[in-house]
Amino acid sequence: MKKNNLKAWLYLLPAIAFLGVFMVYPLFDVVIYAFEEGYNSASQSFFGVGGYNFSYVLHDPYFLQAVKNTLILVIITVPVSTGLALLISLGLNSIKPLKELYQTVFFLPYVTNTLAVGLVFMILFKKTAYSEGLVNLLINAFGGKSVDFIDGPYWAKMLVMCIYTVWIVMPFKVLILTGSLASVNQDYYNAAKIDGTSKLRTFTRITLPMISPMLFYLIITGFIGAFKAYSDAVALFGVDLNAAGMNTIVGYVYDMLYGNSGGYPSYASAAALILFAIVFTITVVNLRTRKRLQF
Amino acid sequence: MKIVLEHLTKRYPNRNRKIKTEVIAASDLNFVIPDGQLIALLGPSGCGKSTTLNLISGLEPPTEGRIFFGDDDVTSLPPEKRGVGLVFQNYALYPHLTALQNIMFPLQNIKGKDRPTKEQMRERAVEAAKLVQIDHLLERRPKEMSGGQQQRVAIARALVKRPGVLLLDEPLSNLDARLRLQTREEIRRIQRETGITTVFVTHDQEEAMSISDAIVVMKEGAVHQIGKPQEVYDDPVNLFVAKFLGTPPINVFAGEVKNGVLYIDGGAVLNVPGAPDGKVSVGVRPEGFVPTPNGSLPCPVDRVEVMGRDTSIVFRHKALETDAGRAIVSAEDAVGISDAVRFALKPHKTYLFSADTGERIRFEIEGGGHEKE
Repeated sequence: MKKNNLKAWLYLLPAIAFLGVFMVYPLFDVVIYAFEEGYNSASQSFFGVGGYNFSYVLHDPYFLQAVKNTLILVIITVPVSTGLALLISLGLNSIKPLKELYQTVFFLPYVTNTLAVGLVFMILFKKTAYSEGLVNLLINAFGGKSVDFIDGPYWAKMLVMCIYTVWIVMPFKVLILTGSLASVNQDYYNAAKIDGTSKLRTFTRITLPMISPMLFYLIITGFIGAFKAYSDAVALFGVDLNAAGMNTIVGYVYDMLYGNSGGYPSYASAAALILFAIVFTITVVNLRTRKRLQF
Repeated sequence: MKIVLEHLTKRYPNRNRKIKTEVIAASDLNFVIPDGQLIALLGPSGCGKSTTLNLISGLEPPTEGRIFFGDDDVTSLPPEKRGVGLVFQNYALYPHLTALQNIMFPLQNIKGKDRPTKEQMRERAVEAAKLVQIDHLLERRPKEMSGGQQQRVAIARALVKRPGVLLLDEPLSNLDARLRLQTREEIRRIQRETGITTVFVTHDQEEAMSISDAIVVMKEGAVHQIGKPQEVYDDPVNLFVAKFLGTPPINVFAGEVKNGVLYIDGGAVLNVPGAPDGKVSVGVRPEGFVPTPNGSLPCPVDRVEVMGRDTSIVFRHKALETDAGRAIVSAEDAVGISDAVRFALKPHKTYLFSADTGERIRFEIEGGGHEKE
């Protein structure tokens, strides 16, 4: 028994060492950094221990802008992407001809590189000296005035950001939901049909509860994913997100570490902990509601 | 409600698109299910019995033919307008609803002036639950109930709308042996109490024989025989029906008829006046053997199993279709049998079938008018 245990630990050693060095140690280190005041990365020294880093971050307008951006992104993209994905999955599940083709088309964004997608969005939205961008051409065609989506007003930038995020996260949700819709036993629908259940009632009383575990999974991972948004913003608005006013919390953390104004691991750690607290709270709330609604 | 099937046929296109032929799931079904009877659709898997049930319920449209409930042609009616209750093989209870909510579900679908009030719905659901004796489990979810209890909830849900026809798809196949016996009696009791015309599908001949008023034996989409269980058992129309019904199964020998005498393995075993000359398959029910010292069918004995009242003799014979045959004889007759036995055959438990088509060949039973008991 003892010997077997030893063997097991030996097998686990590479994974544990790797995770320990790159996941567990940094996790604790972040907490330590966050409470060290006036940390200097060159001399590896600090003045004292306390909450100053948090207070600095919370009073930093760039951070507050990042929190605002992130929250708007989360609140808009999670319900919209999940809802749209559900509609698309229902559609995919009810069509027969060309089903595979449509499934592939809807899944393509998932395997497409973020930056490549960013490039496509540039072509769609960016105004340059040579072109207004496809979307503006469309707006013009309907008699509207051009909008600078990339360097223009805040709402326009936010709109592009949201569309981009929804577009990026949808394929995975569509994939999961088509799978779980298809796995609902056909007998339930036959039973409902025999009993004369209306389409709407079949959907709300049978389909939705049946796929609710998957739906909850998608909502929770959707929340977490949206809070961690960063690369999407970079793909659209470039690396200087603070200047564009489109920074996200993770982007702020990154800038504090490596950006032009960077070199402040303590501020970055404090911001990271605040993000952790927000995500943690929302996930707990999510899981609680799920438990109450679960069958 | 009386159910009439007229030339009912269901064909599917072949799944393999390269093959142009169609799969015939049900071909030219013609039979009448009288009002208030319990009918079993019996056959091996793939014989079209479930398809037939789906055609009656309306879940599948027939390719040809018509279905009548009473005098009404329901062929083109959707399932919900036919007034049928269907119990699925896996029960299809909604897992997120309690037993009560499951039973009430069909009532909540009713729209317009027929819609019962909430109290009436509850009342009717409880009434249906009482009928199947699960009124003490109403607040449980399906996964908190045993298979048998779930089965009852499913029956209650099918009955709560007071349908004219109750359809059960393999109602007992998901239950263990003990529950199966108990539940089949339950189904019989519920059917008697409600007087509802009931059709159930099964591949278990014992199940079909034990509780139904009549059985419909099907194979490859076609009906082979319809009749009361005992009639079908005693008077099978062909070799398939004879083989499919009865446990232990019928023993089948290769034989030949010459001048009104049946020969098995060269020995004359039975006078079969009226049967034409030629090769035949001889079916003998296990209870059709009589061990006597001057019996005409000598067989080496594999083993003798004493089962209390009866004794089962497992024997070999080279004309047998299977490796070993089984005879069931009374304990007194079996005394002294160990290595070999000579059997005489009871004429009314012996059936002749054409060796080519498997169709029944009838003969007159000497001294006893007809071969039927």
